[in-house]
Amino acid sequence: MPADKLDEWKGIWVFTEQEENCLSEISLELLSAAKILASKKGETEISALLLGHGVKALAEQLLVYGADRVFLADHFSLAKYLTLPYTRVVCELIRRKKPEFFLLPATSLGSDLASRVAARINTGLSAHCTQLDINDQGELMQVVPAFGGKVMATILCQNHRPQMATVRPGVFRRGEPRQKKGTIEDVSVEIKLEDENQKVVEIQWEKKPMQSIEEAEIVVAGGAGIGSREDWKLLERLAENLQGAVGGTRPPLDEGWIAESQMIGQSGKTIRPKLYIGVGISGVIQHVVGIQDAKIIIAINNNPQAAIFQTADLGVVGDFRKVVPLLIEELKKRDNPAP
Amino acid sequence: MNIIVCLKPAPDPKHWDSIQLDPVTKALKREGIPSVLGPLDKRALEEGLRIKEKHGGKVMAMAMAPPSAKDNLVEALAMGADEGYLLSDRAFAGSDTWATSLVLSRGIAKLGSFDIILCGSYSLDGSTGHVGAQLAEFLGILNVTQVVAVESIEGGKIRTRSLVELGYRILESRLPTLLTVTREINTPRFTSLLGVIEAESKPLITWSAADLGISADEVGFKGSPTQTGGIFLPEIKRQVEMISGEPEEMVKEIIRKIRQALG
Ligand SMILES: Cc1cc2nc3c(=O)[nH]c(=O)nc-3n(C[C@H](O)[C@H](O)[C@H](O)COP(=O)(O)OP(=O)(O)OC[C@H]3O[C@@H](n4cnc5c(N)ncnc54)[C@H](O)[C@@H]3O)c2cc1C
Repeated sequence: MPADKLDEWKGIWVFTEQEENCLSEISLELLSAAKILASKKGETEISALLLGHGVKALAEQLLVYGADRVFLADHFSLAKYLTLPYTRVVCELIRRKKPEFFLLPATSLGSDLASRVAARINTGLSAHCTQLDINDQGELMQVVPAFGGKVMATILCQNHRPQMATVRPGVFRRGEPRQKKGTIEDVSVEIKLEDENQKVVEIQWEKKPMQSIEEAEIVVAGGAGIGSREDWKLLERLAENLQGAVGGTRPPLDEGWIAESQMIGQSGKTIRPKLYIGVGISGVIQHVVGIQDAKIIIAINNNPQAAIFQTADLGVVGDFRKVVPLLIEELKKRDNPAP
Repeated sequence: MNIIVCLKPAPDPKHWDSIQLDPVTKALKREGIPSVLGPLDKRALEEGLRIKEKHGGKVMAMAMAPPSAKDNLVEALAMGADEGYLLSDRAFAGSDTWATSLVLSRGIAKLGSFDIILCGSYSLDGSTGHVGAQLAEFLGILNVTQVVAVESIEGGKIRTRSLVELGYRILESRLPTLLTVTREINTPRFTSLLGVIEAESKPLITWSAADLGISADEVGFKGSPTQTGGIFLPEIKRQVEMISGEPEEMVKEIIRKIRQALG
């Protein structure tokens, strides 16, 4: 059922994520996104939602990074993320305070929460937005690539509130810290029977296996054109010689050549390296939205018509099996100049 | 153990080039494009079959899709599912994740009792990753997203290992629980010839909106809170300098460009 009295819903909310008493980067990025929307909308309050246990200090940080208000739900039953208690607290708050927009991180836990909340509140939710804007009617325009990555689609949620969207890490940049202002509002939390139905037995932090692609200055990315795990090693050697990180498109993820954390694009990471080298990648929007902020883009593809060439600074038309090994040789020579 | 696996037949990616957009309804026109089961949905089914093999019970495969998706359910039956359910009605067309989850929840409610529901984490086409958790919400049960392993099922509780950004979470959840699975969880089995033959005699039932007690304005375009506002071609263009020819020459150019980027 659509929400009645749409004009009662006001303000922009951001769900902020914390793990082991640390705010995640995406939380600060979402505050930046909220600020941009607020400035377009005019006179709109930005509220951050923070759930956890013993996290008051993080609430203060959110005020420094642009929140006008922090709703703080601090309770031992919220110490670690669990779907049902988190959903309950967030939904109760939405019903009481009626936010107009609600942004959440498109992380595994953020997406879980967003889905559940949208279903319970009966409102729309768009996933992995690459752009957010406000139209003439003041509605949130949520931009996602669509239809196999050939076009972009704008998703609207006109008759339901709040208008909810998840955003991938890296799409927005965190803002500069400012003089702290705003207020922290404590949210009361009660324990329900359902809270007993699920518990976190353990969290295993994985040592980051390699340099993360968001932090790397150089990213070598491969696509379906690489063709085999054997040839994929060529890319890894190229990255090694450039001291860069390895990323890829969706097909290499499906093939198991890369991990989830290495996929670049709409449902993967957004990166901003100084140098991106894309090898055997056709360049559909779903990938390209993740690389458009790279300083220099080099594309190697044997098909001169490949779309990636439209978004590249240097287009190399050729078989990577010939070009990449030579490139590696050349880089090695330069690293170890003959005496 | 009653296990339900939700599958989403999606247009075969090999044919995405020929998908057209209806300019008026902004819906996908996919006539003539064959649908396939997504790789994650197959893994959800495989996991369901493995749980059954270990703990007994039956596996029911369910899909909300056009009538042509029968073939995909037959494939699921051939892999080893015991019963297939196709939720199909013109009224469902244009459903977003909210409405899709609602339809699936009504289908599951009609089946009666269940212990475990399995879905893929992401579908092949929409890829929002929302349906699993929304379906669990409509059914009022627990859910765990991005499961990489089912570690044990014992005493009415299931222990799972699931993916989060910086590692894994081990959770213990009381049944019934819905799990969405990722690529790592297993390698799906091939269908055997015997499986294909057996599939013919297994029940494959189609339910319409009326069968599920769903009214047309609850689902489809009308019932979906989100709408597609417009479609546009993005302007992402750079001045490309194209090179081709001898690999040695091209490598020189690449090195020059690398220098420029890092300099
Ligand atoms: C909802 C949704 C979300 C998605 N999200 C993402 C995402 O976040 N990131 C992502 O990457 N994809 C995503 N995808 C998938 C995306 O649509 C494309 O399928 C994918 O990006 C294509 O990958 P590719 O360029 O590696 O493969 P292809 O399109 O198959 O291109 C392979 C290229 O390799 C070239 N090639 C082949 N052999 C050689 C050779 N020997 N030397 C040089 N070049 C060669 C070919 O000319 C071709 O251009 C998503 C899809 C959907 C539906």
